[in-house]
Amino acid sequence: MKTANLLSGESPMNASNSAIINAVNDFVVRFANTNGTGSASANNMFAKAILRMGIPVSAKNIFPSNIQGMPTWYEVRINENNFLARRGGQAELVVAMNAQSMTEDVASVHSGGFLLYDSSKPLAETMQRADIHYLGMPISTICLKEYNDPRHRQLFKNVIYVGALAALLAIDFKVLTSLVSEQFKGKEKLISPNIHALELGFQYANQYFNCPLSIRVEARELLNNRIMIDGNTASALGAIYGGATVVGWYPITPSTSVVEQFAHYCERLRINPATGKKNFAIVQAEDELAAIGMAIGAGWNGARAFTATSGPGVSLMSEFLGLAYFAEIPVVLIDVQRAGPSTGMPTRTQQADVLCCAYASHGDTKQVLLFPESPTECFEFSATAFDLADQLQTPVIIMSDLDLGMNDHLTAELHWDDERNYQLGKVLTAQQLDEITRYGRYLDVDDDGICYRTLPGTHPDKGAFFTRGTSRNRYAGYTEKSEDYVDNMQRLSKKFNTAKQLVPSAEIHQGEITAQIGLVYYGTSSHAINEALHQLKQQGLTADTLRIKAFPFGDEVPRFIDKHSQIFVIEQNRDGQMRTLLSNELTIDPARLQPILNFDGLPLTSLFIVDNVLNATAINTTKKIVKQQVS
Amino acid sequence: MSFEKSKFHHPRLAVNDLGLTYRDYEGALSTLCAGCGHDSITSALVQACHELSIEPHKVAKMSGIGCSSKAPNYYLNKAHGFNSVHGRMPSVTTGANMANHELLYLAMSGDGDSASIGLGQFAHVVRRQLNMVYIVANNGVYGLTKGQLAATADKGVKNKAGDLSLFNDIDLCVMALQLGATFVARSFSGDKHQLVPLLKAAMNHQGFAFIDIISPCVTFNNHAGSTRSYDYVFEHMITEAIADYIPVKHEISSNCAAGDYEDVCLHNGSTMRIHKLQESYDCHNAMQAVVDIEQHKNRGEILTGLFYIDPHATHFHGINNTSEQPLNQLKQKDLCPGEHKLHSINDSFR
Repeated sequence: MKTANLLSGESPMNASNSAIINAVNDFVVRFANTNGTGSASANNMFAKAILRMGIPVSAKNIFPSNIQGMPTWYEVRINENNFLARRGGQAELVVAMNAQSMTEDVASVHSGGFLLYDSSKPLAETMQRADIHYLGMPISTICLKEYNDPRHRQLFKNVIYVGALAALLAIDFKVLTSLVSEQFKGKEKLISPNIHALELGFQYANQYFNCPLSIRVEARELLNNRIMIDGNTASALGAIYGGATVVGWYPITPSTSVVEQFAHYCERLRINPATGKKNFAIVQAEDELAAIGMAIGAGWNGARAFTATSGPGVSLMSEFLGLAYFAEIPVVLIDVQRAGPSTGMPTRTQQADVLCCAYASHGDTKQVLLFPESPTECFEFSATAFDLADQLQTPVIIMSDLDLGMNDHLTAELHWDDERNYQLGKVLTAQQLDEITRYGRYLDVDDDGICYRTLPGTHPDKGAFFTRGTSRNRYAGYTEKSEDYVDNMQRLSKKFNTAKQLVPSAEIHQGEITAQIGLVYYGTSSHAINEALHQLKQQGLTADTLRIKAFPFGDEVPRFIDKHSQIFVIEQNRDGQMRTLLSNELTIDPARLQPILNFDGLPLTSLFIVDNVLNATAINTTKKIVKQQVS
Repeated sequence: MSFEKSKFHHPRLAVNDLGLTYRDYEGALSTLCAGCGHDSITSALVQACHELSIEPHKVAKMSGIGCSSKAPNYYLNKAHGFNSVHGRMPSVTTGANMANHELLYLAMSGDGDSASIGLGQFAHVVRRQLNMVYIVANNGVYGLTKGQLAATADKGVKNKAGDLSLFNDIDLCVMALQLGATFVARSFSGDKHQLVPLLKAAMNHQGFAFIDIISPCVTFNNHAGSTRSYDYVFEHMITEAIADYIPVKHEISSNCAAGDYEDVCLHNGSTMRIHKLQESYDCHNAMQAVVDIEQHKNRGEILTGLFYIDPHATHFHGINNTSEQPLNQLKQKDLCPGEHKLHSINDSFR
């Protein structure tokens, strides 16, 4: 152990007697920062460096609803088995750069793990733990000496600790320098100062710490062409590939970047090369009501249109969702769910809009929902949603969430089949109208509940109708006749039943012998499932799984539930909203569906699932034994 | 219920350039009260569209909710219409217009729809300079819910039930002028000679055209003491200028007495001849118009006519630089970048 810290005087590495964790490519690094200090991009560079070394990695940004000065965390999980959900529990290495949260951060270090901290000022006595290893580095002092501009002193702190981590964890330094060069492409002046800061940290760590640590990375080739992208960017790309041209939107965390990325890629991919004009139109609306109103107006006129929002926006859009359901207008809504109710925890994740979206608006309404699990599916579902909306002439809501939308995920690369054609649904041309004796907008010609629509401006004499949110007969005439109203409502039900055939089917995994336990889940809960199955297996339990991809539910869903004696419905909300939807829509006895509900606003962990399954099976076993004894 | 009109008509009805009679511009039978001002607006619209030889199916009739918003059912049967939700017509029209800039967006709203529940959407559609005709059938009262005061009712008036209007009124023309509308007028449903030319000019204006039409409610707001009754409006209406709309090919001939006039050339080459009745009148000065409106209001008068026009204004699609081909007509090949473009996108996330 090298000693003596010339800059601070404090021993940089506390040689404690505790056990040391040995881990290669299987540990968690937790960064504790103050938000608004530029830490996010440095932490992201760290995660990306691991990725570049071919090692599966995930990153969770746990940030406040604030712009500057509040504690923020960034958790990087490195795992060769591709267990990339948030692991939960303590981290092997904590980079503690925020005095406000220091107590919590010291406590969050796994026993035998490491705490990298700014030792410019000595740590308080209360922060001392005998079972962890302290890596003190006088980052502020280094920055004070190195930089004159106060902003640089702040920004480069982050880069310096990334440099130190490279030495501590055996990250290839060249990977970091190439990342810096890419990041500042076009701003070349910034490249060398950033590389210099990386070197400052790297050299300091090499000089004063035993590098590498017993936790470290080793290059692998385990990515299989996967990319690391956030769900919102993937959704935006899906909308471009799906042919969306009109967007009305209102900024709200965590959905904002969907439209920002859509705009960004449209500038690259949707400018008419001949004229320089835009093959898209985006309006930042005055509120969410107007945002979806615009998308509906465009959908009525035959353009593919969408909006993106989160829970509070869904509440505001409900009136319009009812109109689009009843007036049968295609529109796509991307709901990036956050923790509610009300403003709730705006920067935390949840799956708590399931019921309010499924039945959005007053009256009898049912909306088509899609539940992507990964950015790859965000891309695919987003493109597919426009087909479904046009085919079904109804809103399609993509149920993403903050974790999926805003965090980077390792995911299969995006792919578009050039043979694929947009499904534009039943829209009559002028020629087709000429062939019809009497056009009726709401005539169920094909007996599937989906009628033929016409677009404004199609034909001089035929096909015009008055779109309305009021009751209408099959010829779009206003009516208050009960039989006409009932006829229309029943046809809408029939149409929703048709939707079952068109939406993606659930994904089922089951062994040759059907397991007793069936795990039902959807969306980002899938990230923890493989690891949970692995852990359950270690406990001697096997389970089959069903991942819901859409509402209405296909027939495979009730079949799966019927086949398993014990069904767990895993969700990220308090009230088991999917469980309610399942029992309501499939008339399943709620007692058959045992809820596993994580609603703390943080992404679900496998441990949470396993604990709940084990508890429930233990109780059940006890119950059975008691029952047997009684009988 | 909606009732279709008989298609039977006099064999020698005048036809326009498209060979259509005014009957081809009508809609279903009105179910509004007999004498409703809105029906006069309908009739003025039918006349204006017929005389302009507008292709009915190239019009999109937009509305929100209320008596006014039912009216689009009563004109232009061959045009698509969208009776949306209360106060949200502007956003639906914005989206429809974003999707296809080639249609004429003829929107009908009311005082509740635009000055109360939809005030935000009204303000923002003006800001966005959407190319549309925005008509408010303004009767100062909620008709469909039987006579509650609207936000456009003058402070101090009483509704039919005797309730006093306690708060300041909202003048949508003043708001539109302040927010940069490029065509602002006020008219009266009982004055077709003024209204029809204004409608024609508005329909030929490229940009946001707003017309507030005082349109008395015969059932709930036509009593003594109302400032939106037929009698009151006839007695207190002041007109600063009379406008004639002259189509491109016509000789300029006016049905007004000769006097001081100004010809405003509209976007399509047609002309609006404005006969000034008052010395201070200037249709290119929005702030002067606001002053004039307020001064007349303080005297208990209702100023009508064309308040402001900017014939060279740009509109949303000019600002947005949208493609000439309407977005709803772009094909998959124009919209989908294809697999090869994904390669570099994927690479940027490695």
